Amino acid sequence: MVLGNYKSVVAARSTDNEILKGAQDGGIVTQLFAYALEEGIIDGAIVAGPSDEPWKPEPVIATTKAELLAARGTKYTLSPNIALLKEATRSYGLDRIGIVGTPCQMQAVRKAQLYPIGMRDVPDKIALAIGIFCMENFPYQSLEAMVEDHCNVKLESVKKLDIGKGKFWAYTERGAVAQIPLKVTHKYEQPGCHVCLDYVSNLADVSTGSVGAPDGWSTVFVRTQNGENAWGKAIAAGCFETKPIEEVKPGLDLVTKLATEKITKNQKTLEARATFGVGKGLRNPYI
Amino acid sequence: MVEKITVGHVHLSGCTGCLVSFADNYEGLFKILDDYADLVYALTLADVRHIPEMDVALVEGSVCLQDKSSVEEIKEAREKAKVVVALGGCAAYGNITRFCRGGQWNQPQMESYVPIAELIDVDLYIPGCAPTPQQIRNVCIMAYLLLKGNDEQKELAGAYLKPLMDLAQRGDEACGCDLMYDVINQGLCMGCGSCAAACPVRAISMEYGKPNIDRDLCIKCGACYAQCPRSFFNFDVMNEFEGISELIKGVME
Repeated sequence: MVLGNYKSVVAARSTDNEILKGAQDGGIVTQLFAYALEEGIIDGAIVAGPSDEPWKPEPVIATTKAELLAARGTKYTLSPNIALLKEATRSYGLDRIGIVGTPCQMQAVRKAQLYPIGMRDVPDKIALAIGIFCMENFPYQSLEAMVEDHCNVKLESVKKLDIGKGKFWAYTERGAVAQIPLKVTHKYEQPGCHVCLDYVSNLADVSTGSVGAPDGWSTVFVRTQNGENAWGKAIAAGCFETKPIEEVKPGLDLVTKLATEKITKNQKTLEARATFGVGKGLRNPYI
Repeated sequence: MVEKITVGHVHLSGCTGCLVSFADNYEGLFKILDDYADLVYALTLADVRHIPEMDVALVEGSVCLQDKSSVEEIKEAREKAKVVVALGGCAAYGNITRFCRGGQWNQPQMESYVPIAELIDVDLYIPGCAPTPQQIRNVCIMAYLLLKGNDEQKELAGAYLKPLMDLAQRGDEACGCDLMYDVINQGLCMGCGSCAAACPVRAISMEYGKPNIDRDLCIKCGACYAQCPRSFFNFDVMNEFEGISELIKGVME
């Protein structure tokens, strides 16, 4: 179950240059939501949009392609997208909600559907949930420390942040590139991530991330009937170019390797929590 | 159609919002009453004066300790029902009635309103103010499958209901603070925002990705804690979300 249930998996990237220009990798999320908006598969999408502070995302409900474009790219800090889930059905009156999130946020979406304890009229309105691959996330103050203290770059001058090839990268507007080993960033991780047992958003309709695919492309898992419907239509409409995952490097082996590493490591954290005190343990959220 | 289960709605000190929420399943309510459950007791909907024997008692509202009939009724409900469900924040946690201090008087001395679990054992909680129509519907369907389904359905229903049963074991106090005690202090919060979305009174805002709780606004309905994916998360059930959603859709059609 390291890669979850899925119907198909490919390497893909958007065919829209405008989307690709500001995308993290293959522009999958932006492109799929833009197409779903256009086709009426969704009425709007909850995405991590910009805020007043640099690189501090704010959940927004995008109902136009321009709003989706403004939210392109990965922000390596917390964006509480689920906070808008009920609001989307109220203030925005959405009947078909698109939502993008990390694996834990996809867990929150599915819990909201099966146990809608405070989510009145939400369960049947989730039309397209796109999950992203996630190893861990950082509080905003951590990001500040990593970028400003370790990379020695002002956050407001950063054009793109990235994690890849064992490093954390900051690209500036003026062309400078700063990088630090991923090892340095570990102590800044959000502790809540260390009990997460999902790397590839097992519970999403469609999940995507750069790992496994060549530079500029993304790996895409299609997991549910909902996901298959939207993805199939988008492919037919020419929104994406795709390659069989078996034919690209580094391929699914790397995804499996990283997913296994995350699960094994965090399983250990869960086990360690059980005996944290003397004859006493910390809570296991999965029991 | 297999034999239906019997359900009663026991109304204590509450605002009828939980019952209205149940009714807000619209045609779904008729489907439930037609095919799955006989409503054998409900002050507002059925002309039955005394609590009868039943499979499931949905209790709405808290118990006023100075109101003799309330106290008798909750005890009677426990004796006559196989399963007692605290329907909504008042029955489960006292909710706003807990702090009314005599504000709801039929008689001026009526001032102590306690969640039902202070007087009786409760089997299952449905938190929230009001609990959502969909959550009540899901519990109805699962209770039906648990009592009348085949082995496979019984197993699924048992797995689905277990966390809500565990909530009943956890205690009869809840509020936004539980997020602090049981999630953030335990190093489990990952800042998804479920709690803020679940709060019916907008007492929770997300500050730098973590919940900030306005304790003056909190009514202690328990929705935020129960909605949090790190309060409980059963992989057996959640991994099957697509099938279960289809199942629920199927039985409601």
